[in-house]
Amino acid sequence: MAEMFLSRYVYLMVIILLSIGLWGMLGKHNLLKKLIGMNIFQTAIFLFFIEGATKLGGSVPVIDPRLGMKAAQYINPLPHVLILTGIVVSISLTGAALAFLIVIYRKYKTLDDRAIMLKMKETSE
Amino acid sequence: MSSLSILILAPLLLFAFITTLVGIWRLRWAYVAAIIGMVLALIAASAGIFRVLSEGKLRYFLGGWPPPFGIEYVLDHLSAFMALIIVFIGLIAVVYPPEAGLYQTPRKGIPLYGLLLLLFAGLVGVVITGDLFNLFVFLEIYSLASYALITLGGDRAVVASFRYLILGTIAGSFYLLGVGFIYFSTGTLNMADAAQRLVPLYGSPAVMAAVALIVIGMCIKMALFPLHVWLPDAHSYASPMVAAVLAGIQIEVAAYVVVRMMLTIFQPQYFIDVLPVTTVIGWMAAVGIIFGSVMAIAQRDFKRMLAYSTVAQVAYIGLGIGLANPLGLIGGLLHILNHAFMKSCLFLVAGGIRYKTGLHEIPRFAGLGRKMPLMMAGFTVAALSMVGIPPTGGFFSKWYLVLGSIDANNWVFVGVILASSLLTAVYFFRMIEKLYAVPSSGDAAVEQATEPSPRILVPILVLAVGIIILGLINAFIVTQILMPVVALLP
Repeated sequence: MAEMFLSRYVYLMVIILLSIGLWGMLGKHNLLKKLIGMNIFQTAIFLFFIEGATKLGGSVPVIDPRLGMKAAQYINPLPHVLILTGIVVSISLTGAALAFLIVIYRKYKTLDDRAIMLKMKETSE
Repeated sequence: MSSLSILILAPLLLFAFITTLVGIWRLRWAYVAAIIGMVLALIAASAGIFRVLSEGKLRYFLGGWPPPFGIEYVLDHLSAFMALIIVFIGLIAVVYPPEAGLYQTPRKGIPLYGLLLLLFAGLVGVVITGDLFNLFVFLEIYSLASYALITLGGDRAVVASFRYLILGTIAGSFYLLGVGFIYFSTGTLNMADAAQRLVPLYGSPAVMAAVALIVIGMCIKMALFPLHVWLPDAHSYASPMVAAVLAGIQIEVAAYVVVRMMLTIFQPQYFIDVLPVTTVIGWMAAVGIIFGSVMAIAQRDFKRMLAYSTVAQVAYIGLGIGLANPLGLIGGLLHILNHAFMKSCLFLVAGGIRYKTGLHEIPRFAGLGRKMPLMMAGFTVAALSMVGIPPTGGFFSKWYLVLGSIDANNWVFVGVILASSLLTAVYFFRMIEKLYAVPSSGDAAVEQATEPSPRILVPILVLAVGIIILGLINAFIVTQILMPVVALLP
């Protein structure tokens, strides 16, 4: 049990981070906190990919004459490349979301979910 | 190897930039550039479907790297069918004038056409790619473009769009996590390669988790009940032209991903017998059909009614996936095509009414039928198709769904489809009655209403005529395009 925990503790961290992120997105009423939750959630997924790529004692994935051509000697570079793309996506989403928040704040003077709903109801009639 | 698949995508991506740049210089030219880009893509998509019909699957290796190392684009019957729908509805939306489609003329700060083309590029990319991670990238491209486009509908639309952004990101992240599980189990991202390597791993919990994550993510994106919560606000506050595109083609692409997962990446048997995926989707859809129809009846605002009707209609597609027999899935896929035409047509009518009269609440529409005969004729055709009256296209997709339900011995689904047709009839016939039979209440907005300009009318009438043509040629579509798709099913 303890050994399994020690060898898999990164995945446990990822699951904790995923839960914090989901809680932030769905449980919090402040829109900015929802956005922060979204960032935590995405970062957890990135960590999951990075952890999947690592090998104990693996080297940087650039061919080194001392290590030879054995793939087992190098860590897997592909997940890093995927996550680089994932980070770009995450940054553009965050940027768009922050721009929306500015517009929402200018109009409703608050970022609280419930207060915005109330103000939207008032203006609808 | 044929580069036709990438030729559908290239003009869209290229003109997304050209349009934005030209728009900074001369606004009118952005419109022209966007239409040129869409027409080029439409030519490529039509050529694509003819080539696929005569030669079968077309593959293209991006950058010359053969799979499984490089990214592959695949044009088969299903993706050629989807790409043609996306590009055709996209062209109609781009032709529709922005004054009516957006409630405002685009100023230089709004790169409307650039965003629209980016949205279509993302959608086409999702349907033609043969790579799991590449699909995620296109998924996020079209999602980002949609979030931005929804905000053009005004202040409320920004709030709705933010909510959609949060839920859409959860959906996209679930998909990415699922792809991570598949990648670490199989070591490949290529769909065809993964399909082979996954077969011995079907018992693995990681693969099961991957299926669950991807399917849940895509059900959020396609707004399948009870994961539809973002849709009514986002689609009713978005401007009509944007809503037409989102309801007509954007959410259906998520349904395509589920079908692709079921047919190509996994064996259908895995989704049907080993994991209860299709059963769960089918019952969620059955509840969603009734829920969406009942909620639509309760609405006064025309666009909000259409948004709830989308929840019901997309559930028909879910029902087709849930039935997972050839006839049922044909019905679901045919409904993607018919729903794209019907719902886009209805949202464009909503835009036309709002532009000419400023009205958006159904009770005030009394007497409009005589004032705008041509546009309302288009509305009536689309409404009859939604209800499912032959010879419109909507009848045939429901017909195949009913046949599929009978085939599966599932009489509850038959009852749901028939009940929902009646409920749909309630809310559309109520409107048709308002438009034609109820005398005008002397409302100044209705009295002064006239037929809108041809630029608004032509897209609506093209879609309305298209609905009838789709009904007449449905046998061709089913036997030539959809039969090969569902051939894998038991």
